[in-house]
Amino acid sequence: MRTLLEVEGVSKGFGSVIANENISLTVKEGEILALLGENGAGKSTLVKAVFGLVKPDAGTIKINGTVMESGDTAAAIASGVGMVHQHFQLVPVMSVTENLILGDEPKRFGVVNIKQARKEALALSEKYGLEVDPDAIIEDLPVGMAQRVEILKALRRDVKLLILDEPTAVLTPQETDELLEVLRNLAKRGVGILFITHKLREVMAVADRIAVLRGGKLMGTTTPKESSEAKLAQMMVGREVVLRVEKSQAKPKDVLLSIKNLRVSDDRKLESVKDLSLEVHAGEILGIAGVEGNGQRELVEAICSMRSRLSGEVIVKGQEIPNLNPRAAHLAGVSHIPEDREKHGLVTSYSIADNLVLNRFDQAPFAKGWIRNLEEVANNGEALVEKFDIRAPDAYLSASSLSGGNKQKVVVARELSQQLDVVVAAQPTRGVDVGSIEFIHNQLIAARDAGAAVLLVSAELDEILSLADRIAVISNGKIVAIFNSKEADRNTIGRLMAGLAS
Amino acid sequence: MKLRTSHYLIFAFLAAFTYFYSKDGLVATSVLYTAIQFALPLALAAMVGVMCERTGVVNIGIEGTMLISAFTAFFAGAILKNTVQGMLVGVFTGAMMGLLLALMAVNWKMDQIIAGVILNILAAGITSFYYRQNYSIPSTLDPIDLPVVGAWPILGPVLSFHGPITYFGIFFILGLWFALYKTSWGLRSRAVGEHPSSADTAGVSVTRLRYLNVTVAGAVGGLAGSYLALEAVGIFERGFTAGKGFTALAIMIFGRWNPLGALAAALFFGLTQAVTNQLMIDEVVEIPPQFINMLPYILTIVVLAISAGKVRPPAAEGIPYEKEKS
Repeated sequence: MRTLLEVEGVSKGFGSVIANENISLTVKEGEILALLGENGAGKSTLVKAVFGLVKPDAGTIKINGTVMESGDTAAAIASGVGMVHQHFQLVPVMSVTENLILGDEPKRFGVVNIKQARKEALALSEKYGLEVDPDAIIEDLPVGMAQRVEILKALRRDVKLLILDEPTAVLTPQETDELLEVLRNLAKRGVGILFITHKLREVMAVADRIAVLRGGKLMGTTTPKESSEAKLAQMMVGREVVLRVEKSQAKPKDVLLSIKNLRVSDDRKLESVKDLSLEVHAGEILGIAGVEGNGQRELVEAICSMRSRLSGEVIVKGQEIPNLNPRAAHLAGVSHIPEDREKHGLVTSYSIADNLVLNRFDQAPFAKGWIRNLEEVANNGEALVEKFDIRAPDAYLSASSLSGGNKQKVVVARELSQQLDVVVAAQPTRGVDVGSIEFIHNQLIAARDAGAAVLLVSAELDEILSLADRIAVISNGKIVAIFNSKEADRNTIGRLMAGLAS
Repeated sequence: MKLRTSHYLIFAFLAAFTYFYSKDGLVATSVLYTAIQFALPLALAAMVGVMCERTGVVNIGIEGTMLISAFTAFFAGAILKNTVQGMLVGVFTGAMMGLLLALMAVNWKMDQIIAGVILNILAAGITSFYYRQNYSIPSTLDPIDLPVVGAWPILGPVLSFHGPITYFGIFFILGLWFALYKTSWGLRSRAVGEHPSSADTAGVSVTRLRYLNVTVAGAVGGLAGSYLALEAVGIFERGFTAGKGFTALAIMIFGRWNPLGALAAALFFGLTQAVTNQLMIDEVVEIPPQFINMLPYILTIVVLAISAGKVRPPAAEGIPYEKEKS
């Protein structure tokens, strides 16, 4: 088999951060190479260099034996490289067909021949068994469908090397299995595949070879047969990682958070939480499992009073939370680890210490009347940086200088270092490295053991399965089933998440 | 909104026309003729906005572009004693203003509102500093008597006998609509304005397309300025464009960033102005002229209030594209 891609000694730095250091690897025809690594290990940078989106500082990239000009996307495409990006590169307001042909349109005298394009789109989706409506507008499509379009877009250009950047991050378990099947079929047709992920299960299921990156360096190459999930995790993190969260039996007590007949609409004014009722007890973690976009975000925002409720009640410790008053929710005892930490969790231009008191800067001991007590803020900052293992030289640095995992630790530290009644954690470990994930998980369990009612919302089913004491499955704005975590079964939950009856 | 913009427009048109035609057919057709004259610079200026914003560059410097182009067109025409050459100079000046905006917005990734303000201040400063009296152009651009169409009843005197920039402008707007929705240039431009990284990863150069479109749009702004100085009025004064470049932005929004929509909106503006003018001349109503001059601005506010929140601008407008960030 011919070698499609040769990466030789590629290095790339962003400022003082070294994203890639002297990396060499190859991909052959019909081979699936999994590129495994934590967030920030340099996987995305490496594949972007291959695709010409990033100019490496040193090293060469050869495709089909030809050395590629660095930073030339058009040349990479021309030599048969296709890329499925982590953030879909699709124009939301355009149709599937228009997105497929963008950049290489069938045309006569400069006029796009849309009929022929549509035919092409249909033929393509039939050829690879990836069914999709050519006239659908991208923003109306579910994520799995949009990803198909993204893959078809690459395939249309007669791709020889297909790069997928964390393709399964947004998929349901069923959609993931379908995708892995598609990848196997493509490999059989002779396409070389470079598949980026940090999910060990997928790597073991689909890869021919596995390359592990850590801190920008290639740690080694192995195969699923010679390796195991535990070994790979160790290679990724550099130390032994406890893949299963260790926790004691939950001791649930009184109901602390109760949601009654809640109805909430989303940004498009469509009802996305539909008459939902739920109770969370002190001393338990209730996990909400579901495919993203099934009302989780609106549910969380309504509980924290950040989004207007159409009807229904949110009751914390017997006290009703008023509508659209996040401060009242906070004072009633709701801690919120938001889904989007940059938007709702931090003011990144403020210092770490200030961010650690964002929700109580005007209360004792951090303020006396109108005057802030900066000494207390500083002490609190230093104490929490230490206690929550926030990796920063000091607490006065602006939060923007932190890595994703450490930013998240700042949010977690602030929210969990106060009086704990109800903790609402939305995607608490998204975009966070394995080491920090372990830490945040332990903090959530500690909050539970301290008697808090924890509501955990996560798109990662594995996270829910390993942390939650009870699991509620949300689909289309409704809780469709609740399991005790011991009775929970991956497949059943996956089917329920996808909206299928079990 | 069941009644669309076009319905209101047709209604307003028919009401005005019936009223005038019943009174005096000659006056009625002349009002429509004037409406086109008022509408054209607004429509062309709105195309500048459409072309820029569809590729993701906000251009609030249309006013300045028109002003400085009208200035150079007029004085070049006067000095060279050739109106057509003056027009070419005006168009070239507009293109240079577009190029300057592209340089600031695309290359230097400046805040595009500030870049636009710079264009406006630059134009206002240069045109008043170098303004001289006692210059005149040999003649305005000659109107064209359309064959066949000119002989049509009612429509003939409305459509015929406009200047060359008017006819070219209308064809340009129709062509721009076709190009934007039917050609690969249009598909790519719209993609760059909505989601530039999609275009980039598909091998379309965001930088090149933005440069091209903003510069060509500048030339169109230059044409609109030349129209005012060389075809419509035949003179130049300080502050000559009188806010038309800003009104054009409202027209662009009202027309939903669509060339035909903006043309319709501009005709609506032009018609309103022509009708009010006629009412004043006929002394049907007594309105102080200051109020007539206010009309475009009041209409702009009304139009923006009506369309606020209902229209959806290109998603990436105003945001400089950073290649290594995704």
